[in-house]
Amino acid sequence: MRTDELITLLSRDAPSQAGRRFAPLLLGAGVVGAAVSLAVLIAWLGMRPMHEAMRSGSFWMKAAYTTLLAASGLFVTTRLARPGGRAGAALWIAALAIAWLATMAGMETMHTPAAGLPRLWLGQTWRVCPLRIVALSLPVLAAALIALRRMAPTQPALAGAMAGLFAGAVGATVYGLYCRETAAAFVVVWYSLGIAACAALGAAIGARALRW
Amino acid sequence: MTDTETVLKALMLRGLAGDAKAHGELLATLARHLRAFFARRLGGAQVDVEDLVQETLLAIHLKRDTYDTAQPFTPWAYAIGRYKLLDHFRRQGVRRAVPLEDAGELIAAETTEEGAVRRDLDRLLSDLPERQRALVQDVKLTGHSIEEAAGRQGMTPGAAKVAIHRSLQRLARKVRQ
Repeated sequence: MRTDELITLLSRDAPSQAGRRFAPLLLGAGVVGAAVSLAVLIAWLGMRPMHEAMRSGSFWMKAAYTTLLAASGLFVTTRLARPGGRAGAALWIAALAIAWLATMAGMETMHTPAAGLPRLWLGQTWRVCPLRIVALSLPVLAAALIALRRMAPTQPALAGAMAGLFAGAVGATVYGLYCRETAAAFVVVWYSLGIAACAALGAAIGARALRW
Repeated sequence: MTDTETVLKALMLRGLAGDAKAHGELLATLARHLRAFFARRLGGAQVDVEDLVQETLLAIHLKRDTYDTAQPFTPWAYAIGRYKLLDHFRRQGVRRAVPLEDAGELIAAETTEEGAVRRDLDRLLSDLPERQRALVQDVKLTGHSIEEAAGRQGMTPGAAKVAIHRSLQRLARKVRQ
């Protein structure tokens, strides 16, 4: 087929088309994925009593941290979804959230006697926390990557990583409805590790599945 | 650059509004720019230029809803051309850098003369159902509107539109294999 024939063919397939708005699509994928994660959490680990959680500062600290990371991942992925898109300033939201929690962790450390430090940083669940977060993130990651495939990321691995950041942070938010760990030191290490693992998974999958 | 950008963006916006003629003109102009751009970037391997032009035009066409009309058009088109070039390098197993932000390079030169293709798109469509293939051939060779071609193939215009669009999506998948 000659190129001018191809162009003729393409020009006949040109219905009027509104631009695709990706942020609502990705947000929708996040909501659907989070609903599945929540169902998995309830069936698997159960939720902690909410009246108790709502009164604990650490519950809100965790929720704020993971929500900020999710928002950062959402904005950055939205930008990377279009040809030529750059990560942009929204990545700073994640950086600031990490810096904020690391500062809180440093303050906790200063106020904790040496003997209490392992408990502060490792909590009671450090062995299982990152893996559980990754597991709860998988439905969100799948939904986010499916949404991304309808777009045209020109940096597929990076776009996949940022979709993974978004998914990991949403998964971690869901996990926060169960988790009773209270220390910022714990969260900044083990929550972040789970979320980072999800981002790495997103990058690995994205590098293949998001090509077009 | 500014002038070309203005012209291309206007064509793109009209195409997105359903103006088939503007869409065709846009693709024809882009083809000339892409041809010059790929030829320069591929150096000796000129034989792949026209294949890449066709693959990129298909991608631009099928992904046109990812263009944000509030943004300039040329960087979007350049990003797709650059992406297809890097993808080509990757499939060839070579590592080469192409500047991220150099949309000006895309529209700096034009080559009107079509090169030879190595990969024949007609052949990639040869396993389509007979009627669908006849439809594609009819539109492609005669430039008939899909409505006219549909009538000649005994299809409804709606079914013909879907068939053409699916064939193009299929082509885009196959050129990457």
